[in-house]
Amino acid sequence: MIQGFWLKTRDGSVHQVAGREGIPLMEIIRDAGFHELAAVCGGCLSCATCHVYVDGSTCGIGKPGCDEEALLDCSDVRQSNSRLSCQIPFTSALAGLSVTIAPDE
Amino acid sequence: MTSFDCIIVGSGHGGAQAAHALRQYGFVGSIALIGSEPDLPYDRPSLSKDYLAGEKTFDRLQLRPGAYWDQQRITLLPGRRVTGVSAAQRQLTCGDGRNFGFEALIWAAGGTPRPLSCTGHDHPAVHYLRDKADCDRLLAALPACRHVAIIGGGFIGLEAAAVLRGMEKHVTVIEAQDRVLARVSGVEVSRFYEAEHRARGVEILLGGGLGSIRGDDAAELHLSDGRVLSADLVIVGIGLVPATEVLQQAGAETRQGILVDQRCQSSLPGIYCIGDCAVLRDGPGIRIESVQNANDQAGIAARAICGQAVPNAATPWFWSNQYDLKLQTMGLNLGHDATVLRGDPGKRSFSLLYLRQGSVIAADCINATRDYVQSRQLIEAGRLIPQAILADTSIPLKAMAETAGDLAFQHNNGGGSR
Repeated sequence: MIQGFWLKTRDGSVHQVAGREGIPLMEIIRDAGFHELAAVCGGCLSCATCHVYVDGSTCGIGKPGCDEEALLDCSDVRQSNSRLSCQIPFTSALAGLSVTIAPDE
Repeated sequence: MTSFDCIIVGSGHGGAQAAHALRQYGFVGSIALIGSEPDLPYDRPSLSKDYLAGEKTFDRLQLRPGAYWDQQRITLLPGRRVTGVSAAQRQLTCGDGRNFGFEALIWAAGGTPRPLSCTGHDHPAVHYLRDKADCDRLLAALPACRHVAIIGGGFIGLEAAAVLRGMEKHVTVIEAQDRVLARVSGVEVSRFYEAEHRARGVEILLGGGLGSIRGDDAAELHLSDGRVLSADLVIVGIGLVPATEVLQQAGAETRQGILVDQRCQSSLPGIYCIGDCAVLRDGPGIRIESVQNANDQAGIAARAICGQAVPNAATPWFWSNQYDLKLQTMGLNLGHDATVLRGDPGKRSFSLLYLRQGSVIAADCINATRDYVQSRQLIEAGRLIPQAILADTSIPLKAMAETAGDLAFQHNNGGGSR
């Protein structure tokens, strides 16, 4: 079985998505056919349109960097578990992770 | 003749996003996306950065997975150039002679690189950097060359210079103005980037326009001031010629680009224009060549076609990556009458704020994402804030946008933690 993660889209439905080692979650979600992330800047930390919430129990995921923090800070729907999905490369340590797409702003 | 309810011309960021946005806003009619390139819509800005550097493969640049277009009933018509449009008959003609009918047309055709016009402009060593084919041709030529001359010290040229230094090429940037980024940034930003590139071994020749290119194999560049240099390869990045001609011939009003209203509609009924080749009629009067603008205008045109209210134009933003430097720009500095330097360029993290009549209208932020993000509020608030406060890095820009009056007090009383 391919290791992957769980994705909750804005309609509340949950989908299993196959991971790809080293590829950012933003690209994996986009390429898996989920189109709710605008991801306008393509992953270079200049917008916050790939905003997701990750489940709190995950330790392999690290903390947002300083630029990512700055971008998330200006979001009206920021939560403590907010991340920009372009900044999280998938690794096997993240297998089983739950990711929720943040509301559209 | 095949007809579609909506035809989008141009499969870059704007065109691809327009198709997506039409479906998102409930457009149920047929959609065709005509592109001049053979490829599926891809992320163009990466060409001069990650793709050129070999850090991202082309499949990772695709804006949507291949299956997306079929699923959304969007007909892709790649490899076609539109050569004529009839607004009255609502049909267009492609270079291969085929005609297509439409109810609505979204013109997102972008443009082509501004070509050299000097003697030797067609020298085989000359390259441009706009689409994948350009980039692939360049990548194929690079292994055999040592010295690359870049004509134009704008974003494309400087980004290419950074990548090529990473490949240990000898790089010379030739800029006709007296500083790089002269068209887009303030002096402090230009000088900073010149110093950074020079520190990494890039030769920057300012104030010397290209007179001619001679030579058979290697290119011999003769500058207007008499300097001569030799290069194995020449990359030209001197701006964009917007794709306005076809719509202009169809009768659309143009001024540097195709004039559009707040709904991105051109002067021709049913014909919309977005992205690099559009100029907002009641706007700043320039084309805004950015992913953000293409993307936002795609949404506006799609909403207009779906009969929905359109949002106001958003504050423009832009980015450029060179080496480990991230330049992020918020707003448009057009017509600024003062600048404030915030932070220390020597520390390689600073912002240059552009003011008009005391209000911040734009910010160039270098390795200063927090300023970049927060400057949006400041620009949109339009507050009058003393320059000494703007320059005070101990006060976040966000706080200035929210509480200008209190900050003046805090600053004058030695507030902050510097």
